[in-house]
Amino acid sequence: MMRAFFALIARDLRLAARIGGGGGMAVFFFLTVVAVVPLGIGPDLNLLARIAPGMLWVALLLSSLLTLDRLFQADYEDGSLDLLAMGRVPLELVVAAKAVGHFLTTGLPLVVAAPLLGLMLNLDVAAFPALMLAMLAGAPALSFLGVIGAGLTVGIRRGGLLASLLVLPFYIPVLIFGVSAARAALAGFPQGVAAQSLALLAAVTLASLVLGPVAAAAALRATLR
Amino acid sequence: MTSLSASQRLQAFANPARFMALSARFLAPLWVVSLGLLGTGLYFALFASPPDYQQGESVRIMYVHVPAAWLAMFGYSLMAAASAVALIFRHPLADLCARSAAPIGAAFTFLALVTGAFWGKPMWGAWWVWDARLTSVLILFFLYLGYMALWAAIEEPARAARAAAVLALVGAINVPIIRYSVVWWNTLHQPASVFRMDGPTVAPEMLLPLMLMALGFTLFFIVLVLVRMRAEILRHRVRTLRLAQAAARAEG
Repeated sequence: MMRAFFALIARDLRLAARIGGGGGMAVFFFLTVVAVVPLGIGPDLNLLARIAPGMLWVALLLSSLLTLDRLFQADYEDGSLDLLAMGRVPLELVVAAKAVGHFLTTGLPLVVAAPLLGLMLNLDVAAFPALMLAMLAGAPALSFLGVIGAGLTVGIRRGGLLASLLVLPFYIPVLIFGVSAARAALAGFPQGVAAQSLALLAAVTLASLVLGPVAAAAALRATLR
Repeated sequence: MTSLSASQRLQAFANPARFMALSARFLAPLWVVSLGLLGTGLYFALFASPPDYQQGESVRIMYVHVPAAWLAMFGYSLMAAASAVALIFRHPLADLCARSAAPIGAAFTFLALVTGAFWGKPMWGAWWVWDARLTSVLILFFLYLGYMALWAAIEEPARAARAAAVLALVGAINVPIIRYSVVWWNTLHQPASVFRMDGPTVAPEMLLPLMLMALGFTLFFIVLVLVRMRAEILRHRVRTLRLAQAAARAEG
């Protein structure tokens, strides 16, 4: 069963690499969002440094949302989702594999790219470790909560927008704890404050690891019935 | 009759025809009681209660605002409970109940937000403040809208019902987490809060209208849910009749 799980992840990674340019597209989107911000609010470096953690997190949220609607849609259209649902692997595990694939192609590349963009936004280097750690801890939650929206809207025309609408409220805790970890490091608070936010962020991620696959599988079953 | 088990009784209520008969009998008295309570409550709230010594006359907004905010949460709880019943027991009326409660709950949430803004302008000097309570009610409003959008987006009713039920339950699990995170975020941003909803105790002459209004609002909510559920059942019957008619015509 685990072999099937890893095979599914590998399949998604290969698909992403051959069709969507892998994580490259997500990083490029991330870069453009961050590049638009100074154009919108002005090139004041102090201001940019202050809002940089929040901007990076919002950009991460947006790129994660934009890639959600393709998560099950292609498989639904060509019928492979039916095969997966009928196979011996539980649908929950299939969904989990999809979420891991989403994290590896969207979340992880952005975490790697974040320091570069942080430099462009004049973010203090001291905040980089906390920011990256928080993104690494929080990005899986974005994928695992995102599959719920993707599962609920599969087969709906223009489902992508609806999926974002449904999922965005669930992203709020991740955003809050993620930004507060980076902000605590930025403000020079003792280590404990950032660690507390990180622990809460990890708790949200762990909860989403359970909730996401179960809920998304239930939603998919309603569609495929 | 006494030999019926609890689940059998539940089954009996699941019958839409029985629900229609029962609700038809209760609807008129419920209308009268809820409107009567709202009327007396409004009289006490607007005329027969003293202005607050700090907030002056604007305290009267509270008599609408607090019950509306209470119903915003009550509506979501009702929706989530009905969704759970629908998913677990496949109760045919539970889906209808959840679906009917959503727009009403959203309307009361909106009412709570708007009256809160009216109250906030003279009290805090701003229409909107990113206070933890306000922010979490706003997010609750988004959850309602998302739920309704999902119902509207899926054409097949059975599928829409299941998907919406899943969403309502996920939302119910998430609401406490969101609420906690927003409180955490708020304390991080503004350590000293200057807002206090009310004094340490509410004076009895203010408590009376508040209680009347809360009770009246709740009954009103239930009446509206029943009316919407009845309308949904009737719509379903009309649709079935039309289909039967069309089928008969096609044959004949």
